[in-house]
Amino acid sequence: MANSIPNRQVICDTLLELAKEDRDIMVLASDSRGSAAMATFANAYPDQFVEVGIAEQNIVGISAGLAHSGKKPFVTSPACFLSMRSIEQIKVDVAYSATNVKLVGISGGVSYGALGMSHHSVQDIAVARAIPGLAVILPADRHETKKMTEALVEHEGGVYIRIGRNPVEDSYESEDYEFVIGKAVTMREGSDLTIIAAGETVRVALDAEAALKEVGVSCRVLNMHTIKPLDEEAILKAAEETGHIITVEEHSIHGGLGAAVAEVVVQHKPVPMRILGIPDEPAIAGKTSEVFEHYGISAANIRNIALDLIGR
Amino acid sequence: METSALKAKAAQIRMDLLTMIHGAKTGHTGGSLSNTDILTALYYRVMKIDPARPKWEERDRFMASKGHSVESLWCILADRGFIPKEELKTFSQFGTRLIGHPNNKVPGIEMNTGALGHGLAISVGMALAAKRDNKSYRVFCLMGDGEQAEGSVWEAAMAGAHYKLDNLVGIIDRNRLQISGSTEDVMGLEPLEEKWAAFGWNVVSIDGNDMDALVNAFEAVPTVPGKPTLVMANTVKGKGVSFAENVPHWHHHVPNDEQLQHALAELSAELERYQQEGQVR
Ligand SMILES: Cc1ncc(C[n+]2csc(CCOP(=O)(O)OP(=O)(O)O)c2C)c(N)n1
Repeated sequence: MANSIPNRQVICDTLLELAKEDRDIMVLASDSRGSAAMATFANAYPDQFVEVGIAEQNIVGISAGLAHSGKKPFVTSPACFLSMRSIEQIKVDVAYSATNVKLVGISGGVSYGALGMSHHSVQDIAVARAIPGLAVILPADRHETKKMTEALVEHEGGVYIRIGRNPVEDSYESEDYEFVIGKAVTMREGSDLTIIAAGETVRVALDAEAALKEVGVSCRVLNMHTIKPLDEEAILKAAEETGHIITVEEHSIHGGLGAAVAEVVVQHKPVPMRILGIPDEPAIAGKTSEVFEHYGISAANIRNIALDLIGR
Repeated sequence: METSALKAKAAQIRMDLLTMIHGAKTGHTGGSLSNTDILTALYYRVMKIDPARPKWEERDRFMASKGHSVESLWCILADRGFIPKEELKTFSQFGTRLIGHPNNKVPGIEMNTGALGHGLAISVGMALAAKRDNKSYRVFCLMGDGEQAEGSVWEAAMAGAHYKLDNLVGIIDRNRLQISGSTEDVMGLEPLEEKWAAFGWNVVSIDGNDMDALVNAFEAVPTVPGKPTLVMANTVKGKGVSFAENVPHWHHHVPNDEQLQHALAELSAELERYQQEGQVR
């Protein structure tokens, strides 16, 4: 399960492979080809690569124009700037005009650590999710990132993808499972409660499940890799069958995965819920693990919250 | 401070920031080294500031629009007594306020930056307020050259000229490199001086690692009544550390033990030379 390949590298490797056959795939970067791990793509396919310089509004506008002309642009830029700096271009040029642009936010969440709030993207899901027609995806590990990238090349329409900076421990043992945009993956079956996670917190949720199993609690784990369109069916089934839900996310507690799940739960099948994430403050400086620990995004804390939630 | 003393000070700040980056194992080395002379001229000679009163109303304002080069700024704020020197050891560590970008929880920092292309607009606002309030302070805004690709820079440039802000000084750290390589390869900027002039700014082009030139350019402000000034500071990325000079890779690279020793030796030789130069005068 120890893994040394960051998800951004996986996206580059997968696109490199697919671009051999598909000359419409294009990668755009904003002085970010190194951070996006796209330098090899830029070197291998200079005709399918566009450098725009430090200009995140421009990168989205240009990619919308490319998509309008039949290309399949993958915009790679730090998640913080891509999701917020250019949000109007995303709303109007990508979503409203229904262009086929894949927006890959790299180094998302708190993975830029001590670079501070300007570099964290923990409002991006809230913002992206409010835009009609824009899909939102957070892959859990390298296996899922590969399957997601393949699915994205096939998928027609605007998507915001968020990945972190550093390698993450595997959540899947292999690529041998079904990845469908908009369908949650049941990582563990369980009946006492359900933990719903996305992106890098899936690993934390799985560790919490293991800790709960030790004390005899049967915990379901849902990987909600697509936050929009949301798999409402899986959420309602979890509410129905397990009666309690905890969401865990590398995002503000406002407007993210937890909020999305709560909107469904509260309207259709109210059950006790807890939302774990980054509180409403500029996140503390530190490595991802230190920040997670500080805010209780850890297996031990989730275990305690779960026991409290189910009254044990 | 005399220019020979300023030069010695810049060498010392470079040593401090390298030591700090080496200790923290993270930092934007290249761009901090390129702008150390600019900051030294401002903080030790040109700007009206008072470390005992960081919010003094009449102070000149400094905006680090290229916020990633905060390392030189942290070291200068510590050296000038805005913050304890000891605190430099917390740079980028868990829970610190000395993060990798300017943070206004730290005395001496006006505004939080880090996303490029924000500083000049904020500076226009500050300079406009000074005009409206009949205050005499000036606003110095340091930008990167790669940063010039952000459209917001040019929106602010237009406004600065429109409002005739001769109390506003834009400085471009023209080191000709950004992360992905040369600025002219990534997104060509030339003719950059002509662009700023066409936007209504008074453009002064200097060697941005030459202390006398920096002091002369900054002290002349307001240079042309009714016009903001753009100081094109032609610098060397990684300046002062031979193996880092003009090497793109050093944008965000940390010296190892051996490299640190090598760099400190080079810089302390420089420091001594400027100290002697000062005594001869
Ligand atoms: C809006 C925004 N986009 C991207 C970045 C990431 N970034 C940090 S430094 C940098 C390169 C800056 O180059 P330049 O302005 O030339 O500065 P210098 O070479 O002096 O360090 C980039 C792209 C950022 N901080 N802000």
